[in-house]
Order: sequence, then C-alpha cells, then structure tokens
Amino acid sequence: MIDQYIYDGTFEGFLTAVFEVYDRKPTRVKIVSERLVTVNFFDEEHTIYTDQAKSDRVWKGIEYRIGKKAGNLIYKAFLSEQSDREQVLLRIIKKGFKGENVTDNFADIDVLRLTNLVKIVGREKHRMDAFIRFRLTKDNVYFAEVEPDFDTLPLNAIHFKNRYADQKWLIYDRCRNYGIFYDLKTVNYVQLEISNDINSSLAAPFYFTHDEMHYQDLWKNYFKSTNIPSRKNMRLHLQHVPKRYWKYLSEKQP
Amino acid sequence: MNFERIKEKLNILADAAKYDVSCSSSGSKRANKNKGLGDSSGMGICHTYTEDGRCVSLLKILLTNHCIFDCAYCVTRKSNDVKRAAFKVQEVVNLTINFYRRNYIEGLFLSSGIFKNADYTMERLVLVAKKLRLEENFNGYIHLKSIPGASDELMREAGLYADRLSVNIEIPTEQGLKLLAPDKKREDFIKPMRKVKNEIIQYKSEKKLIKSTPIYAPAGQSTQMIIGATGETDAQIMYTSAYFYKEFQMKRVYYSGYIPISHDERLPSIGTDVPMLRENRLYQTDWLLRFYGFSIQELLNKEHPNLETDIDPKLSWALRNLQHFPVDVNYADRRLLARIPGVGMRSVDKIINARRYRKLGWEHLKAIGISMNRAQYFLVCASSQFETKDRTAAQLKSLIMGTSSSKWRGAYSSQLNLFESNANVTVS
Ligand code: SF4
Repeated sequence: MIDQYIYDGTFEGFLTAVFEVYDRKPTRVKIVSERLVTVNFFDEEHTIYTDQAKSDRVWKGIEYRIGKKAGNLIYKAFLSEQSDREQVLLRIIKKGFKGENVTDNFADIDVLRLTNLVKIVGREKHRMDAFIRFRLTKDNVYFAEVEPDFDTLPLNAIHFKNRYADQKWLIYDRCRNYGIFYDLKTVNYVQLEISNDINSSLAAPFYFTHDEMHYQDLWKNYFKSTNIPSRKNMRLHLQHVPKRYWKYLSEKQP
Repeated sequence: MNFERIKEKLNILADAAKYDVSCSSSGSKRANKNKGLGDSSGMGICHTYTEDGRCVSLLKILLTNHCIFDCAYCVTRKSNDVKRAAFKVQEVVNLTINFYRRNYIEGLFLSSGIFKNADYTMERLVLVAKKLRLEENFNGYIHLKSIPGASDELMREAGLYADRLSVNIEIPTEQGLKLLAPDKKREDFIKPMRKVKNEIIQYKSEKKLIKSTPIYAPAGQSTQMIIGATGETDAQIMYTSAYFYKEFQMKRVYYSGYIPISHDERLPSIGTDVPMLRENRLYQTDWLLRFYGFSIQELLNKEHPNLETDIDPKLSWALRNLQHFPVDVNYADRRLLARIPGVGMRSVDKIINARRYRKLGWEHLKAIGISMNRAQYFLVCASSQFETKDRTAAQLKSLIMGTSSSKWRGAYSSQLNLFESNANVTVS
C-alpha cells in the first residue's frame, strides 16, 4: 500500500507535503497534485493543506543544507509540471539532506532527470523571453499573451522587470489563466477576463493605439526584408520557431 | 511619423543591410539604470529567425545606401542600379525605441554606405547612438559599424555609446581586396580597429582605478570576411582570422558565404551556390580555436590548406593523429577530453564533474549526451566492451560516415542547405 499525499499543485503545497513526509515517515509515499490524482482502492489518500510556515522551513532547510544552487534547480524543475516531478524532487531532496551531491553527480539517474527538467523549463523560459510580443493598449499598457509549454512566467518576471522598467506591461498566460503585471514599481500576479475578440483585426482599433498597427506592420515588413531567399531553409526555421508559437508572433500574422 | 514613407525606407535599408551576418547581442555589461529603458547585461536573445534560419536579434539597417565607393562584392556599390534611400537620425531613434518596447529586438545594428566622406558618415552614426543613450535613456544593445577611414576622435566617441564596433575586412587577402575594391586600402580598416582596441585597453585600466570611468564598447569589436569570392584557401582565411583575434582582441570573426549579386567577371556568376557547408566548417574551426584549445597549425597547414567537407574539422584532426587515441575518459585532462570526436565542451564539463563520484561507463557517457557513433572509436571507459580492433584512419572514417545519420552527412549529400550561418555552431 502506498500513501498518497494530495496537495494543491503549488510549490508551497509541495514543500508542505515534503515536510509531512519527514514528519510522518510513511514507508511508501507518493506526492500527487490534486489535478492529477486518480482514485484507486489500494492506496491511502491524505490531503495536505498548504502551510506557509512548514513550506518555509523546508525551503530554508534546502537552501541551507543542500545549497542555494540546488534550491534554484528544484524550483525550476517543479515548474515543468511533468508527472514525475514530485517523485524525482522528493528523492533529490532526501539525497541532498543525506549529504549526497545532487547538482553535479551526473552518474545519478535522479540528478540527470533533474538536470533535464531544468533544461526544458529553461529553454521554454528563454523562448518566452524571446517570443513575447507586446502591443500597446489604449490605456498605455504593453500587453502580451502567451501559451508556454511549462509554467515559466515566474521566471520571466525578473527579466522583463529589468528590461522594461519605464513602461507598464502585462504578460498573460492563457493556458494557466494568470498573468504578471508591472505597474512601474513591482510585478504582481493577476487574473483577468480577456475579451474573445481582442485578437481579431476588426476589434483591434478598439483596444490598441493607432500607431500600434503601424509598428506591427513595419516589423512584419522588416522580417520579410531581412530574408535571403538563396539561403532559404525552412527546416531550420521551424526548428528555431516551432509552429505552436506563431499564434502570438506579430511577424507571423497574416 | 509618415508610416508609408518609413516603410519604404525600411524595406530598402534593411534589405541592403542583411548581408552582414553578425547578429550577436551578447557580451555587453550595460544594465538598466535609473529605471530607464532596456538592459543588455544578459545573454543576447534571438527574437525570431529568418526563413533561412538566421537569428534576428537586432534591428539591422543602413542609415543610407548612397555610397561613393564601388566595391564589386557589395549591393550598395555606386555603379549598382538600385533604389536609394536615407533615414533621418530621429527616424532611426524612433524605430529602435518602438521596436524595442514591443520586445521585437535587443537593440540596433547600424551600418551605412559612405556618403560625402568617412567622417561625415561616422558622425551621423554616432549621433544616433548618442541620442538613444542620452535622450531616451536607452540601455539596449547598440552595434555601430566603424566606417573605414573615420577619425580617431569619432571612433573614441563611438565607443562611449556603442556596445560593439566592427569594421568588416570582407576580403581575406590583400590581393583580393586590390582586385575587388581598388579604392580601398587595408590600412583604412586597420586604423579604426587599432584605435578601438587601444581605447578598450585604456578605459579598462582606468576603470580599475576610478570606478566612475564610463564603459567603452563593452562588447568589444568584431569583423566579417566574405568566403568564396576570390579563390582563397581555408588556411588563408583562418590564418587571417587568427591574426585578427590576436592582434585586435576581436570578440568574433564572422564568415559569410558569398552570395552572387552581380554580373562581374571578377566574381562567381549569379546562380552559383552559396558555399554554406564551407562556411559552417570555418565556423567549426573558429570554435575549435577559441574554445577547444586547438592551435591553427594543427588544423590547417601546408599539407592541409583546406578543410575536409565531408567530415568536421575535429574528426579530421583526430583521424590524422590517431596516436593520441584512445583517450581514457576517467583519467584524461580537460584538454584531451575536448579532443575526442563526438564530445562537446559541455560534455567535457559533465564528464569531469560526474567522474568525481564514480567511474564512468558507456551508459553514463550516453546519459551525459556524447555522440556515441563518433566517440566510441576514440575512447576507453569503465566498461569491458571496447572497440579493440586496430583500424586505419580510412576504415574509421567510412565506419563513422556509414553509421552517421547526423546532419553532416545529410547536408553533404543533399547539397548543403541544412546549415545555419553562424548562430549556434555545433562542434562536438
Ligand atoms: S564602401 Fe561599403 S557600402 Fe560602399 S560599396 Fe564599399 S562595401 Fe559597399
């Protein structure tokens, strides 16, 4: 029999579950996000209620005893949302607390998986840094929509804050239905209703500034002019800019 | 702004600027200050890629494509019958800022045809950069082209606002230059390069003493050579390149396969293929020199004046120097590990880290991500199964190429169009 620790899917919730593992010492345990849980008759289910104090203690423990670098990797790997993440990270944390190296020992299968999760999240984060396209709204906010493969916005926040310190901006994750908003002072998490017609060209003048359309048009033209037809290589192009990102790229709009 | 007119200019002046392959926007240390706009302290970002697979990171344009010179290899040359246009300084500033704010670009790459004279042109380029920095508080990336023959004073000023400066020497050999650009002297290219190099050194040493010393061209300088326009050998190209790296502390040398643009009997005719595979081999060689600890004499010399096209330069070197192999991955030092075909620099780091915890066998090496089909013949590890047979270089080569489904072979047999020009060259 396995004990299933069911938590709310947040990083704090996960750390709370880790705390409970150390506290209750189950023999066999599986930490599962409530969104992915499947009922089965053999396992015992326990609901874990996210507890900030417990989560903080685990986080401090990780940073202090395993190291800041490891903490960073664990957080990034968590954002991958892959179904094995809780199990891998729990084993990593256990190994780390026992004093094993969990950042460079690539001969260890969990360390390799951790590295791999960090890599795919890092790549997606980097893609978002690159592919986000702001449009200037009539109320003077630079607005962008994204649909990243993993939950990368928390990682993108600092990059955009450092870069666009003098303009208000909002980046909205349409998959996970939340966004990050910078109000010239701080970045906050926000949730909003976005009208369905915001991406239709007919309604665009209603939401966006007059110049906005012109700049998109200039950018599209620029994109075309830089191409060198005698070197054309669509395979390579698609490898760098996979089709699933085109939806929100200004230069790819008809 | 008159957007229609701007669009027309942008089309002409972006089109004319696209043959400069440099796209780097990294290596600067300019952070956002006073809550201004932009930051170029991180790694450069490619915001999109052209359909030929090149990174688009900067707004790359000419200020004007009017030019008093007639260099045979250049679309902007005086005698070419093309539409001409010129941006006003403020127009370039506005475009840059508005593209940047929308996260289209990392910054500006501004070059120009030479109108009136070198200084007159350079002055305007500097003015654009100055306005961006001082009036717009812009901290994004700025790459300015140094106009050959520009005065030392202007070059000094340019470096105060730009992150990177470059002069393209374009033609790898002096004879070639004489043939294709008779009005140009090599010395005109060298002079601004030397000035910039000296300023960089001076500002750096002053900064050590006085913290408030401004940064000067923090991303250094680069240059570009056109490949395949004048019949030069790979050795001629790479020795020139090695000289520029050493003499002017270049950050990058770019290699640009010549794209036939005119009917001129001094040049390859229109319709000739762009030598993309050759270009890629040169980038690989460049990588081996800068990051893998190879010396130029090992890769190209009197006996081997040209790189092999069917295999990469590292494998080619290994096959000529079988006496160094096999390398024992559990004991060899960094330098030797880096020489194993199929093992990239990242894998070298991983191997060194991982072997502190246990002896590495095939399964670990595979997990680390080295390319087995090449590497297996050149290394030993903590496994009992080895390639024990003694093979000749020719046998090894055919073995590797026979099993290789990699892009090398694909590109070789399907006529050279699978490569990107310069972003992310892979050597392993
Ligand atoms: S001076 Fe520069 S722009 Fe003018 S023709 Fe020569 S290479 Fe082209």
